[in-house]
Amino acid sequence: MTQIPVQQLGRTLQIEILRHNPRDPDSVPHLQTFEVEEADAMTLFIALNEIRETQDPSLQFDFVCRAGICGSCGMIINGRPGLACRTLTHQLPQRITLAPLPAFELIGDLSVNTGKWMRGMSERLETWVHRQDLEQSDLDSLEAPMEPQLAEQLYELERCIECGCCIAACGTAQMREDFVGAVGLNQITRFRLDPRDERSDAQFYELVGDETGVFGCMTLLGCEDMCPKDLPLATQIAFLRRRMVMAG
Amino acid sequence: MSSKRLSGSALTDLLQSLSGLLLVLFIWGHMFFESSILLGKDAMLWVTKMFEGEHLLGQAYPALVSAVAAGIFFLIAIHAILALRKFPGSAAQYRQFHRHMGSLRHTDTTLWYVQMVTGFALFFLASTHVLLVFLQPDNIGPYASSDRIWSGRFWLLYAPLLICVHLHAGIGVYRLVMKWAPIPAARTQQVRRRLKLAMWGIIGFFLCLGSASLVTYMKIGYDHADRVGERYLGAGEQRGD
Repeated sequence: MTQIPVQQLGRTLQIEILRHNPRDPDSVPHLQTFEVEEADAMTLFIALNEIRETQDPSLQFDFVCRAGICGSCGMIINGRPGLACRTLTHQLPQRITLAPLPAFELIGDLSVNTGKWMRGMSERLETWVHRQDLEQSDLDSLEAPMEPQLAEQLYELERCIECGCCIAACGTAQMREDFVGAVGLNQITRFRLDPRDERSDAQFYELVGDETGVFGCMTLLGCEDMCPKDLPLATQIAFLRRRMVMAG
Repeated sequence: MSSKRLSGSALTDLLQSLSGLLLVLFIWGHMFFESSILLGKDAMLWVTKMFEGEHLLGQAYPALVSAVAAGIFFLIAIHAILALRKFPGSAAQYRQFHRHMGSLRHTDTTLWYVQMVTGFALFFLASTHVLLVFLQPDNIGPYASSDRIWSGRFWLLYAPLLICVHLHAGIGVYRLVMKWAPIPAARTQQVRRRLKLAMWGIIGFFLCLGSASLVTYMKIGYDHADRVGERYLGAGEQRGD
């Protein structure tokens, strides 16, 4: 290569953000437009930080890891849910509209309380290993070995970062607040696979065998298509549906 | 008590899918039989007689057609009442869904909405058609059907019925497969692409077949408008008249 590739002059991005602070009684939800010079390999996360540092320190949005692992920066990007840190601005048009994820409690601007929702779901579906002798077990002893294939399957489902994109992409969850969504159903299939969890299908049925669980899903597949971690959600939900029909 | 309520959910979901599948298989079969008119009046007459049991029993029993219509009406009623529980339940839920669908621009979400709208239309369109067949099973035949469609203006019912039923059925079968079939995760996207292609192909095929036969019935009805009520007796008998 004789020439070093030089980045062309970037666009001036117009980033329109839905602003609202629910704790301020005078706050009215409105769109505010910021202009940002696009840089090479710029992500939305970088653009938002630049806005906060140079234009408006009051802008609220969440991030921790910057690498699509923590699930904090989920937001609605031009109408669709996605992670700000994994979204490159060059894949978007010059005008970008950002809004907070719906269905979650709004903290302010783009920041929502997914943690509260996820905890509620987790407590309701009891997404932890259930076994009789857990309290008596010796934590220093070696765990029983697991088939590598099974461990991989578990790991695959465990990759969920609870970012909330599947809930924001789900028409059912938008209409029915008590629907546990793909994130909840995925958790159930994960613990059902786990040999350390002693719960039977009948017990899982008690948790997800109704309209707020797997039978509420209308197979709109927004979750499958919008999951930033590309989790096999359609396959998992279909699997759970078949198992739950047999258990029911 | 709670486990009874829960097993209800599994049962209703399964029954909704099964009743839908049976109705789809019925309508696809129905399309081939009704389009026998494309092969000529005698072919359609043969199919009419077959459903009235004439080929097997030696005599026409239109009541057999009524019995099938009653069975289909029952299936539609079951499917409708089970599907109703998935409809948005309030104006707020409709607003939520509209906003969500508009913002997401996601084919499968929009397709569900198409299914809901066509499903709602079918409550009326399909019921009217099935009820008519149930009450007048002897009023089917190359001339009888054509007169009803043209002189009786029933094409105004059948044209929207054709569109609604095939959109609803085609999308429904695609969704059924995605809902229940054990598709390996690694192949989901590939299988889905092919299924969707098949879905549009099937919808297109049946819309073409249905439109061609509807236009044929209209044409026969138009030519026969001055002799409404006269029955087609088959090429042999007709010549003998």
